[in-house]
Amino acid sequence: MIAELGLAALWLATALAFLQIAAGVLGLRGDAHSARFAVYARPAAVVQAFLAVLSFFLLLYAFAVTDLSIKLVATNSHSMKPFIYKLTGTWGNHEGSMLLWVGVLALSGGLLAGMEKRLPEKTMSATLAVQGFVALGFYAFLLLSSNPFERLPVPAAEGTGLNPLLQDIGLAVHPPTLYVGYVGLSVAFSLAMGALITRQVNPDFAKVMRPWVLFAWVFLTLGITAGSYWAYYELGWGGWWFWDPVENASLMPWLAATALLHSVSVLAARDALRTWTIMLGVLAFSMSMLGTFLVRSGVLTSVHAFAVDPERGTFILVLLALYIGGSLAIFAVRAGSIAEGKRFTFTSREGALVFNNVMLSAILAIVLLGTLYPLLTEAFDVRVSVGPPYFNPAGAIFAIPMFIVMAIGPLLRWKDDKPKRIQFELCLLAAIAIAVVSLVAILGDYAILPLLGLALAIALGVAAFLPLRGRKLSRVPTAVWGMVMAHFGVAVALFGMASESAFTQERLAAVSPGSTEQLGDWTLTLEGVEPIAGPNWTAIEARVLAARGNEDPIVLTPQARDFWAPAQATSESALITRWDGQLYAVIGEQTEDGRWQLRVWWKPFVTFIWYGGLLISLGGVLSIVGRVRLDLKRRSAVRKGNQRREDQAKITGKVQVEPAE
Amino acid sequence: MKAKHQRLTLVVLALIAIIAAGLIATWALRSQANYFYLPEQMAAEPPEVGQAVRLGGMVQAGSIETMADGITVNFRVTGNTADVIPVRYSGILPDLFVEESGVVAEGSLGADGVFEATNLLAKHDENYVPRELEGLEGHQSQDYAETVAGTE
Repeated sequence: MIAELGLAALWLATALAFLQIAAGVLGLRGDAHSARFAVYARPAAVVQAFLAVLSFFLLLYAFAVTDLSIKLVATNSHSMKPFIYKLTGTWGNHEGSMLLWVGVLALSGGLLAGMEKRLPEKTMSATLAVQGFVALGFYAFLLLSSNPFERLPVPAAEGTGLNPLLQDIGLAVHPPTLYVGYVGLSVAFSLAMGALITRQVNPDFAKVMRPWVLFAWVFLTLGITAGSYWAYYELGWGGWWFWDPVENASLMPWLAATALLHSVSVLAARDALRTWTIMLGVLAFSMSMLGTFLVRSGVLTSVHAFAVDPERGTFILVLLALYIGGSLAIFAVRAGSIAEGKRFTFTSREGALVFNNVMLSAILAIVLLGTLYPLLTEAFDVRVSVGPPYFNPAGAIFAIPMFIVMAIGPLLRWKDDKPKRIQFELCLLAAIAIAVVSLVAILGDYAILPLLGLALAIALGVAAFLPLRGRKLSRVPTAVWGMVMAHFGVAVALFGMASESAFTQERLAAVSPGSTEQLGDWTLTLEGVEPIAGPNWTAIEARVLAARGNEDPIVLTPQARDFWAPAQATSESALITRWDGQLYAVIGEQTEDGRWQLRVWWKPFVTFIWYGGLLISLGGVLSIVGRVRLDLKRRSAVRKGNQRREDQAKITGKVQVEPAE
Repeated sequence: MKAKHQRLTLVVLALIAIIAAGLIATWALRSQANYFYLPEQMAAEPPEVGQAVRLGGMVQAGSIETMADGITVNFRVTGNTADVIPVRYSGILPDLFVEESGVVAEGSLGADGVFEATNLLAKHDENYVPRELEGLEGHQSQDYAETVAGTE
């Protein structure tokens, strides 16, 4: 019954998407007759959001009670699985995660329809029509090629389980956050299209678009940060970013959204960069969909596997072509009719923002080509792996100038500025960078990129706070604090990355119980190794005593786990976190003479990578809060003003009327 | 700057940067095209000493030996011909690293002709095969080698 209800809700939502498109398109015509029908666009979006979310919760329920008559549950869950992983298993598979995607898409469409009152009614109609059109494509994808509610002819006796790597709290957080980000960009896309169609690309539109972009961007940042930390402690290799295509799939929308975020701010504040903002809006959502295609079509496992069972992949590819092609076509037709915005010189804040926008786009191009190239060559039967030796230097070519301009940009004035005015700041930052480079170069022999990274990180960390210089801190707007925080977060994350890659110490040894190893100022003693059992796995667990200097030792318990449903082996790392770094231990196999392989890393400041990610997100949140508060204040001021005028009109009206009597 | 042409200038600058990115990417990717090697390819045209590459093939039966330190492992990787590449790896072996099964070694060729692996990718479980090794096991590997040879 639950499954049928869920499916019915999805079909109803699809029907409402049709209504939303029709009503939105009629709203564009603007005559009185159409207007009567056009009012249905908003309710259609709101009810649709309710239905799609309901459908997702029904699937969640089916997973919670392990309803083995549903195919998806039977193939992805197991009655013995811990309850929390039963729930998170809902989106640990293709159909469930697509339902989550669609649910979030409908929800954001509903929120937009229900809450946004500032836009002109026509622009809103166009926006809702586009949003409905996007939703319709994904409903069709879900219903026609990946029905999550499909029943089994005969209920299964037991489920087949969930990939043990995915049985982790990281999975509970990571995909939903990322999806909110991906799909939040769909609203930015619809708004951009709506404004383009109705020729309303102006600061007012940018002010409406900005919170949506910020919101999506905050979630993308959080999702990437969580995903990176998850890979770091779960995969047991000690790395935090692998340039894996799945990771790149989330990085690309983030890069585009970061560029969009800054350009929409320029549009809102200065009425410049009109077409550029629209273009980035299209690009950001295209990258979201491309990411979904890469992850969901199976094209990554093998192009040939994709060619054998191309249904889903082709479906998303068609949607991709339809939406990107359609929006670019509208862009080509309309871009010429959008008047050029306000002008600015190269040495102005706009100039710096444009420069970094271009750098971000260039990095995006590097990542995109590097991700697609292996797929392309594989189609011609040449297998190539593209890894860090490509991404790191090629990305750095554009990232380094970007970080430099990022340090200087916020110090410049809008429209036009003289570099001479910020001479002191420029000299200060250059001095810091040079000092760091020479200091680190004296201390040891490090690779060039980590060295530059450290110098830029510290200079950027200082530069992030320079815009506050000479201002009264209590009067600085919340949104400016948001910018300072986010830029400082970038510096913190960059510092963590550079420090991890320059200073990591590693110790790898075969140790017998009772013996001691030294790593930096850490002393590690293997106490013993014991077999243990969990709810759906067995493992060998090492007890390692780790002591730093003369401190009391801490017990570390790295495990090598064997899951039995489905059969798979994983390695569980054990961590000790200190403010200045992390100790990371993994246990390996037993050697023939009875010793155990132990691999330990000391990673100085590695945690800064994720703290930085959190700070960046926090900056985004502050910025949203600041803007929304400002907006509410303005609204209430306008309301009060109107009230007063009305009152005045009444009084004066009376005054006028009275003498007439 | 003539105000009239500002938008055009911006577009041109942006295009130049993006095209530069594209060119850099293409150039870097082409120099990376040999990043993945089969043993016979590595024997015929060895990569430069120290260049980061991947070597993929089968672990030769009876070739795995652990050194006295209990950490360093020597083994040989075979492909579809008689060529074998000796590999040295220090680290925790992947869980399903066994003889006569597929492996991808990341690392670089040493001056002594031994491939120094910094990371090994093997099957995580029965169903997972490293991307590069797909279709390389059993007799399929022959077909695959022929198609590779055919394209070169």
